[in-house]
Amino acid sequence: MPKTYDLIIVGAGPAGITAGIYAARKKMDCLVITEDIGGQTIWSGDVENYTGYRFMTGSELASKFEEHIKKYSIGIKEGERVNSLAKTGDIVRVVTNKDIYYSKTAIIASGKRSKELGVPGEKEFKRKGLTYCATCDGPLFLDKKAVVVGGGNSALDAAFQLTRIAEKIYIVNMTAELTGDPVMKDKVTGDEKVTIFNDSKITEVFGGKFVEGVKIKTPRSEEVLEVEGVFVEIGLVPNSGFTQGLDKNKHGEIIINCQTETNVKGVFAAGDVTNVIEKQIIVAAGEGAKASLQTFRYLARKK
Amino acid sequence: MKNVKVYSSPACAYCVRAKQFLKDNSVEFEEIDVSLNPDAAREIVEKSGQMGVPVIDIEGEIIVGFDKGEIEKALGL
Repeated sequence: MPKTYDLIIVGAGPAGITAGIYAARKKMDCLVITEDIGGQTIWSGDVENYTGYRFMTGSELASKFEEHIKKYSIGIKEGERVNSLAKTGDIVRVVTNKDIYYSKTAIIASGKRSKELGVPGEKEFKRKGLTYCATCDGPLFLDKKAVVVGGGNSALDAAFQLTRIAEKIYIVNMTAELTGDPVMKDKVTGDEKVTIFNDSKITEVFGGKFVEGVKIKTPRSEEVLEVEGVFVEIGLVPNSGFTQGLDKNKHGEIIINCQTETNVKGVFAAGDVTNVIEKQIIVAAGEGAKASLQTFRYLARKK
Repeated sequence: MKNVKVYSSPACAYCVRAKQFLKDNSVEFEEIDVSLNPDAAREIVEKSGQMGVPVIDIEGEIIVGFDKGEIEKALGL
């Protein structure tokens, strides 16, 4: 008979870590399964709205989270990806890329990830010129040509940073106009290195060992841009695809009520993977605490 | 002590995490900021065959990204 945990938490961003801390303090037999520790907090530049810390970088806050959860003797499987999670009868079955685990309850706190373009060449050229983190990899594109895909603030921020590094920047934006803040728009549109294609999309990324260019479709024509860098900044999608039997909204977010309950009894969800509108570190942490306490109540009722 | 180099950029969170991990394990390393050093930026693209940071060079063994398991293996931690 395989071991059955009281609780399995998927994800270790602010929601998952907080849920884990609460579970440890309630002495629940809990396992955290996660690809990385910190989640999107790691990617946040400066955090100035987490109560108690007037200023911190995202990675500093993530380190604090890690330090906090590791104070407790709680099982953490780091570097493991959950491929499926489903409840049958009274048991939640979690299949990862390494093992299978069983639990009475689960908290899904798997957050969001960068949205992909979904065009040919994207997967092959990941890290070969195509990146989802402009601030990280930007310096490698000194004096090169690059295309930024997207029109929101993160795309404009990427483009603006690249104006100081790259030789030429194209922005390929799906909508009729850039959608970022006016201040950001002014910064970018005023730079002579920048050329903007609105109402346009990338149809293919091509190259040899590294990216050599992209094909784009504009309202008037199809063109080829010779670039060595492709910076994808088209927003985020929830990591909810592995869950089975859970209700989701049209964005793929898991639908929860104000007690963090999903439509499946004993399966809870918290943080950015849910339909809670505010995507904030502190909100995710709070939701994680709620989910853990709800789990505790659920288990107590079951006894 | 093995010779360890970390190629990083200032805004790269996984670079910060990787450096912290090495410090926590008392591993000495040389840090190379590719945003200040274009030659090093070219060098890691050649060495690692990819275009992303962090890149960690442990006695010539190249690790791409903050891959804790691989770093531990290479250092014998």
